[in-house]
Amino acid sequence: MQDTFFLVIFYVTAAVAVLSTLLMISRLNAVHGLLYLIVSSLSLAIIFYLLGAPFAAALEVIIYAGAIMILFVFVVMMLNMGHKGVEQERQWLKPGGWIGPGLLALVLFAVFVPALSGGLVSTGPRLVSAKAVGIALFGPYLLVVELASFLLLAGLIGAYHIARPPEITGDDSDSLTSARHHDDIAIEPLQGAG
Amino acid sequence: MLDWLWLVPGLPFLGFLILFAGQGKMPKRWTTLVGVGSVGLAALVTLLIAVEFYGTPEAALTYRQTLWTWMEAGSLKPGFSLYLDGLALSMLFVITGVGFLIHLYASGYMYEDEDFPRFFTYTNLFVAAMVMLVLADNLVLLFLGWEGVGLCSYLLIGFWYRDPENGRCARKAFIVTRIGDTAFAIGLFLLFRELGTLDIQDAMSAATATWPRDSGTATLIAVLLLGGAVGKSAQLPLQTWLPDAMAGPTPVSALIHAATMVTAGVYLIARTHVLFQLSTDAMQLVALVGVLTLLMSGFTALTQTDLKRILAYSTISQIGYMFLALGVGAWSSAIFHLMTHAFFKALLFLTAGSIILSVHHQQDIFKMGGLRKALPVPFATFLVGCLGLTALPPTSGFFSKEQILNAVWSSPTGGQLIWAGAVLGAFITAIYTFRMFFIVFFGEQQTEAHEHKGFKFHVPLIVLAVLAAVGGFFHLPLTSALPHAGHDHVPLGVEVTAIALPMVGVLLAYLLFYRQIPALRQLFETGPLKSLAAFFYSGWAMDWLYDRLLVKPFVALARWNSKDLVDQLPAVVSRGAALFHRLLSLSQNGQLRYYVATMALASLVVMAVAVYTG
Amino acid sequence: MVDVALIDHVFILAAILFCLGLVGVLVRRNIIFMLISMEIMLNAAGLAFIAAGSAWGQPDGQVMFLAVVTLGAAEVAVALGLTLLLFRRYQSVDVDNLKELRG
Repeated sequence: MQDTFFLVIFYVTAAVAVLSTLLMISRLNAVHGLLYLIVSSLSLAIIFYLLGAPFAAALEVIIYAGAIMILFVFVVMMLNMGHKGVEQERQWLKPGGWIGPGLLALVLFAVFVPALSGGLVSTGPRLVSAKAVGIALFGPYLLVVELASFLLLAGLIGAYHIARPPEITGDDSDSLTSARHHDDIAIEPLQGAG
Repeated sequence: MLDWLWLVPGLPFLGFLILFAGQGKMPKRWTTLVGVGSVGLAALVTLLIAVEFYGTPEAALTYRQTLWTWMEAGSLKPGFSLYLDGLALSMLFVITGVGFLIHLYASGYMYEDEDFPRFFTYTNLFVAAMVMLVLADNLVLLFLGWEGVGLCSYLLIGFWYRDPENGRCARKAFIVTRIGDTAFAIGLFLLFRELGTLDIQDAMSAATATWPRDSGTATLIAVLLLGGAVGKSAQLPLQTWLPDAMAGPTPVSALIHAATMVTAGVYLIARTHVLFQLSTDAMQLVALVGVLTLLMSGFTALTQTDLKRILAYSTISQIGYMFLALGVGAWSSAIFHLMTHAFFKALLFLTAGSIILSVHHQQDIFKMGGLRKALPVPFATFLVGCLGLTALPPTSGFFSKEQILNAVWSSPTGGQLIWAGAVLGAFITAIYTFRMFFIVFFGEQQTEAHEHKGFKFHVPLIVLAVLAAVGGFFHLPLTSALPHAGHDHVPLGVEVTAIALPMVGVLLAYLLFYRQIPALRQLFETGPLKSLAAFFYSGWAMDWLYDRLLVKPFVALARWNSKDLVDQLPAVVSRGAALFHRLLSLSQNGQLRYYVATMALASLVVMAVAVYTG
Repeated sequence: MVDVALIDHVFILAAILFCLGLVGVLVRRNIIFMLISMEIMLNAAGLAFIAAGSAWGQPDGQVMFLAVVTLGAAEVAVALGLTLLLFRRYQSVDVDNLKELRG
């Protein structure tokens, strides 16, 4: 009985995940899309929990539904597209545009299914505690942790540098403004990397 | 003293090296000292050698000096080795002696020119190359000097290179002589294949031993060598470059016409006379080339108005006499005429240079006139030169030309018809020479003239005038080097005709151009004679003919092939690569989503292969 | 707890999510939607790792999931910075503006 309950929850959350993802990719408003991404992430977190990975489920909620989502929301706010953005999206999203990617995804799925199913001889999901994950992380996977820290630091510095407004760079601002005055000169594509 | 032989080509070459290293930055005084001095010292060494040479008995009149081996390839071992005999010594006299006088004159004539050092750099190399040509004991070394002479003539004709026309003349001289040089080179290859040696003396003795008289191979090689000689000496059919060579400075013209360059062809045939003796046909051809050239260029000279061009055509004509002499086997007469011609032609050119300089670079004789009073020294020396050219006794030209004409009469390859042509040539020579003389120095003075006085201008003229006057009494040491054409007995009438006709010519010129008898002038200025004169004026339209026959088709061919047919095959590869590059760069279209799709598709393919085959 | 077939179904779910994410990346011209779709794809990969890890009862799957999450976080930070640049340049989030990068 417990197994049935378990299975029902699994399939329902799986359906929610697929549905919310479908809705997410088809939204016109970016904020709506983000909300559906939260739903998708949350349902995935439930699935992680069901699969016996409570640590991963917690991380999924904290990092995806929390941190990354906040980043997206900030950027959407900064861009401040509003209704103009929705109109734009309506023009861009023509029904005919879905055919090619859809077919490609279908073929990919057709390859995935035989590749992923039936190969595993397992007794079913087992609980892997956060303690076990911690021991693995700081034991054999120590190098992965170090690499992850490097990656995050690089991401931090890179993001800061790339997104810095051009006005801050002092000398460059003069040349940028002067270049904008001479739009007919074809140096426009060269600037802006700083 | 004979050990010093290497100094004769060495000194001018050293002068060339010093001037070349100086890069035109040396003071003019030093440049003059090196440029003129080197040739002067070479002339002095030649004189010292000659003194010793005359002291030895006639039979042993050869000297060989090997400096070093140039290269070694199988049996071909050309060395830098010099060979001196009477023929070479005679040539050395002319080259260094007359060359020195021309250099001395040029040091005054060219003094104001901004490229004064460059001039002497070229002329020193010119003399060095010519001496090397004459002294070479093998044909490879001779060819080196031969090409060196060609190079220097190119550089000197185009000396005032800022005028593109001069560059064109220089190129013409270079290319036309190149045609002859190619024939010469082929002749050398053939000679080496047949005889296995290019040493001149060895090859000559081997030739007599190997080939019978009138053998085809000997004729072929002789004709090929003649081709080279014809190119260098501006004979029919390669004579067209010489009149254009007047683009160079006047001392260069003197150098080319008298001391070096054009005499090289005569020397070559004299040097390889054994080959020519083997073939009656080749000899006949040489004689025919000579007589036709002398007549053609004589008629052309009659109609020219440019002082230097008249002299140029007269040179072609006089070298035609030398070829005629070679063709009839009067070898020593040819070299004798070469020497006397060097004297009076150098004299004429240098005097012409003085005249042209005095009348501010005016070269048209009809715009001069009456210069007798203004230019006394050039007038006197020019008169001597004209007498020599006309071969009036007792000037040097008389003796040499007389020898030639007598030899032509009695030679098997000559004959009465050719003799008549040669005498007619002498008659025409007298007319055009004195036409030039009377028009330049008599009549009304048309321009102002300022005589350039001074040591450097007058001494060479006077020395050359003396030589041109008495050069006929010189005895050249040729008896051991060249076979003597048997003493010629010709009928008295023949001899008298040959002497009298030039005098008649002078008289005719006197009547036409000094007295200016109207009836006679009328004859030449109207009717068919006038158009004939126009035809002669263009040099028998040879330039026109070659332009249509050779130059234009060749240029058209070159233009047609300018894309180079052979290059088309490799171009397919490069064009294919470029096409492939364009196709590939089409795929890089900047559409990010397109890239994503491509990556997805590629991963899909890889995955599918992994899943369904593994 | 559950039978073996469940693991296969989890994998199929991961495949579906991945393909949907791919469709999103390919279809949208708005760069923000493309990035969100990529998050979906990363999530799907993480799901596959966790499913495999739990099937074997090993922690390695979750370790790899952590790595995926780290990668996603860093990627999103840099990519959003680039988005801001794109918007500043063209006043638009249309990724096709980057056509100038063609060779």
